[in-house]
Amino acid sequence: MTKLKTQSLHKKGSDLAQSNRQLEILSNGIFQNGDLPKFKDKISETNQFPLKAKQLEILQINVGYMCNQVCEHCHVDAGPDRKEIMTRDTMLQCLEVIKNSGAHTLDLTGGAPEMNPDFRWFVEEAAKVGIKDFIVRSNLTIIRANKKYYDLPEFFKKHNVHVVSSMPHWTRGKTDKQRGDGVFDKSIKALQELNAVGYGIPDSDLRLDLVYNPSGAFLPGDQMSMEKDFKKALMEDFGIQFHNLFAITNLPIARFLDYLIASENYEDYMYQLVDAYNPAAVANVMCTNTLSVSWDGYLYDCDFNQMLELPVNSKAKHISDFNEELLEGRNIVISQHCYGCTAGAGSSCQGVVA
Amino acid sequence: MSKTYYDPADLRKFGNITEWSEELGNKFFDYYGKVFEDGALTAREKSLIALAVAHTEQCPYCIDAYSKDGLQRGVTKEEMMEAIHVGAAIKSGATLVHGVQMMNKVNKLDG
Repeated sequence: MTKLKTQSLHKKGSDLAQSNRQLEILSNGIFQNGDLPKFKDKISETNQFPLKAKQLEILQINVGYMCNQVCEHCHVDAGPDRKEIMTRDTMLQCLEVIKNSGAHTLDLTGGAPEMNPDFRWFVEEAAKVGIKDFIVRSNLTIIRANKKYYDLPEFFKKHNVHVVSSMPHWTRGKTDKQRGDGVFDKSIKALQELNAVGYGIPDSDLRLDLVYNPSGAFLPGDQMSMEKDFKKALMEDFGIQFHNLFAITNLPIARFLDYLIASENYEDYMYQLVDAYNPAAVANVMCTNTLSVSWDGYLYDCDFNQMLELPVNSKAKHISDFNEELLEGRNIVISQHCYGCTAGAGSSCQGVVA
Repeated sequence: MSKTYYDPADLRKFGNITEWSEELGNKFFDYYGKVFEDGALTAREKSLIALAVAHTEQCPYCIDAYSKDGLQRGVTKEEMMEAIHVGAAIKSGATLVHGVQMMNKVNKLDG
């Protein structure tokens, strides 16, 4: 049985459930009194302001904030109580864009995307378009949450879906601390089932990648070293194989921001991010080639901006108004959370960028 | 005047030591950086050694730095604590082994 780690900020009625409150925190204090430079000023030092969108490569669609887990650091503030779910009508609009845009990657995320009642229909329809890389971000435990999900590994295989799954650590203690009691055991079982149908095996076309994000107020270590350690431990302890590990930095928004403030780590964490600022990562930051679509069809530069309700700076604001030419070259909307994607080797939904 | 000798915020200023002796400071940081790269030992193993030494040296800056560094490398709490016990064992062993010197002296003077 998976024990939920906490409640969503929305469920708790927390101030931080409001995006404007989060943005206020990110602009005040150490950023207002000049102790730390604002992100805009930092990227201006290397003439990288304004950040401009390049050609669209990745369409990331958030099909809903409902999730079977309530992870401690979730930037979506997802959970079983979240009712924001993409409708089939919006999915149809997304399918039109997938067919006609130049994006080579389709990336479905959530919440737990599998909990959207139209998820399978959407995957079947999207797979017919023949997009080069079709990603589903699965939290793994959903595969073991209920009988109706047990066949997901076969379903993913049938549609040649690239599975990207969260796995905070190769030990039970660290994983369950972040994601809830019982999550580790269920995740291991789910990974074994994905391996059993061919996912994650070297030379297999069925891609299985893991996402690592730190369990506390520190930055991720070197992605290649972490991948080596994960591979060794998961193989030795459980016979599990996977392709690549993406090391992702926790951005200071939503539940992670709440955690940073409650644990009195907020200022130190922001100092860490700013100290680790890497201008080379700015050049390849994911918002420049990605478009994020929310459950209700609105467009954002990234999933984080979606959660902060910072829409794209373009006349095309909704998937129904999608216009690749209009969106290309738009100014990316930034705030201090963006330091999370430019620290060290950089961070994106595909791991490091520099 | 600060109320304590150690201020955690000073760790971030470590690099400033080059301001008063640039050449030596830079040589030190180049050396330091090189030492912690992967070599015959992995950077992860070196981080655990550094954590143990940080404790035997009782350097609060180093303890903060290598606790965080260990977390970033995926080092577990159990690994960190075992490393510190190695440091503690050597430190106490180093004390006790001098007991032989005491015994020699006592035996010579009063044997």
